[in-house]
Amino acid sequence: MAAPLLEIRDLVVQFPSPHGWLTVVDHVSYTVERNDIVCVVGESGSGKSVTVQAAVGLSQAKGARVPHGSVKFDGQELVGMSTRQLNRIRGADIGFIFQEPMSSLNPAYTVGEQIAEVVRRHKGASRADAWKRAIQMIDRVGIASAATRVNDYPHQFSGGMRQRVMIAMALACDPKLLIADEPTTALDVTIQARMLELLMDLQRDMHMSVLFITHDLGVVAKIARSVVVMYGAQVVEQAPVSALFKAPRHPYTAGLMEAMPQVALERGHDPIAIPGTVAQAHAWPSGCRFNPRCSYRVDGPCTTQPLPLVTRGVDHVRCARADELEATLAAVMAPQGGANS
Amino acid sequence: MSVTTANTVAEANTLPPPSTFWKRFSRNPTAMVSLGILLLITLVAIFAPELAPHPPAKSSLRAVLKPPSSLYWLGTDDLGRDVASRLIYASRLSLVASVQALSIALVIGLPMGLVSGYVGGWTDTVITRINDAIMSFPALILAVVIVGMLGPSLTNAMTAIGIVYAPRIMRVVRGSTLSVREEVYVMAARATGCSDARIIIHHVLPNIVGPLLVQSTVLLGHALLAEAGLSFLGLGAQPPQASWGAMLGTAFPYMAQSPVPTIAAGLVISVTVLCFNLLGDGLRDSVGRARRSGE
Repeated sequence: MAAPLLEIRDLVVQFPSPHGWLTVVDHVSYTVERNDIVCVVGESGSGKSVTVQAAVGLSQAKGARVPHGSVKFDGQELVGMSTRQLNRIRGADIGFIFQEPMSSLNPAYTVGEQIAEVVRRHKGASRADAWKRAIQMIDRVGIASAATRVNDYPHQFSGGMRQRVMIAMALACDPKLLIADEPTTALDVTIQARMLELLMDLQRDMHMSVLFITHDLGVVAKIARSVVVMYGAQVVEQAPVSALFKAPRHPYTAGLMEAMPQVALERGHDPIAIPGTVAQAHAWPSGCRFNPRCSYRVDGPCTTQPLPLVTRGVDHVRCARADELEATLAAVMAPQGGANS
Repeated sequence: MSVTTANTVAEANTLPPPSTFWKRFSRNPTAMVSLGILLLITLVAIFAPELAPHPPAKSSLRAVLKPPSSLYWLGTDDLGRDVASRLIYASRLSLVASVQALSIALVIGLPMGLVSGYVGGWTDTVITRINDAIMSFPALILAVVIVGMLGPSLTNAMTAIGIVYAPRIMRVVRGSTLSVREEVYVMAARATGCSDARIIIHHVLPNIVGPLLVQSTVLLGHALLAEAGLSFLGLGAQPPQASWGAMLGTAFPYMAQSPVPTIAAGLVISVTVLCFNLLGDGLRDSVGRARRSGE
């Protein structure tokens, strides 16, 4: 088997704070294969966005440091790479889409100028060719009358249309990897669905891999091939999508699923929220970081020692009681007739 | 719905497009009148030779300190020169001198502010400290000191004023850069492989033009006033050149015999400075982020 396209191994990311260096990504490892779609799920503050931003050097520009770990992209080590070299990869081999479509485009330029700029810089294309490419991309992402729309400024587009422009810009140089950081979160539901279809369509067409960050398990179920669940700066569970949805092995994953309206509706109960909130990065509880919110918590095994990520078949899980809870948690997603409320 | 609210807020936080800018600006009568007066003064400066009824340096000893008449609209000065003609010609020097001072302030202040705001860290600390030190001197006193060292001439005076006002440009640029730096589109630009230099020039600079324009307009007024002050003291425009401040200086001792030249020069300076300030206010209200929800 060929080497994975993106391999993040034991990545640690720290930000400066009044409490000293805060570890916001704690020994995170996951891989993205070629032609793969990986979803990273987790609450706000779980470190899912910072992991990918640090992987391509964007967090470092904001003052973060990476004291440990490695990020291999297409055979090259990205951690410690010079900004100049990174700039050659970012935008060319790795495309990025951000959460806020309303503010990720520069208001001072037309969308065509912004797309063409990226193409000219990375591909060395002539002005005319870059412009043609911009029109082609705008058309490809489903914006009508592309040839005239390229001359419009971002404020002349709606949120959904701007996100399409962002996709066009991210894909203009045929990247091998598209990193989409909650691209549908700020959009309303009907537009979300169409955006996902577009992304999946483009993924097939362009044979690229997609690393999709989201907190919406509904989106995960629709598009992912494998899933990484993050909580409290760590990976708590990692599994192929079918295995994960059939039988979650971490109480947090199970909790996220019970909170999904689709699942709750099917099972005839109201969505169940996970109690409590994520702890601050300087005040993780000892033992399992999820333990204060976990309904399966047992004093001792769950609260004393940091837990390792353990392999169980195709699943990787970070839970002290993973084996005992296997059946209980599987019941959350089991077909009707299991645990009725 | 929360989604709608988030979008509306984001909309208000982006700079208004040019059409909105002009719509807002043209609805501001004070700013429009100020702009009109300033354009008029500029035209007068450009067409001074055509407009002036007399040569500005021609003295007539038979017509010293004459009151206004149909021949001498604003009277004559102590050397028998036509005050109106001299004011018309002096507008050239005053305006050019202001622009010169502003240019120097921009050349120094703009790059310093961009670097300081974008790079941050100790670079920012050092630049900001130097800046604070310069700003802690009263502007005109510092300018007098600099002119004292360089020798009195209009160019030296305007260089001094440019240096003195550079921190004011730097502050505004640094502040705006600090906020633009945090915009998602700057991170997006970095994610598409833009170098820092490219981000500063192509992504930050165009988005701080608004505040920069406002500050520059106000500073033009300040520079004009400072020029007038230095020339009044004899540190700026040297005879036979005439700027408004220099005319005020020469007319002032004869105020008891002939008040019109003093009043005229003073009035021209005040009106021009006022117009620059009001225009600056108008621009601020038009380029600024939308405040009034009714618009």
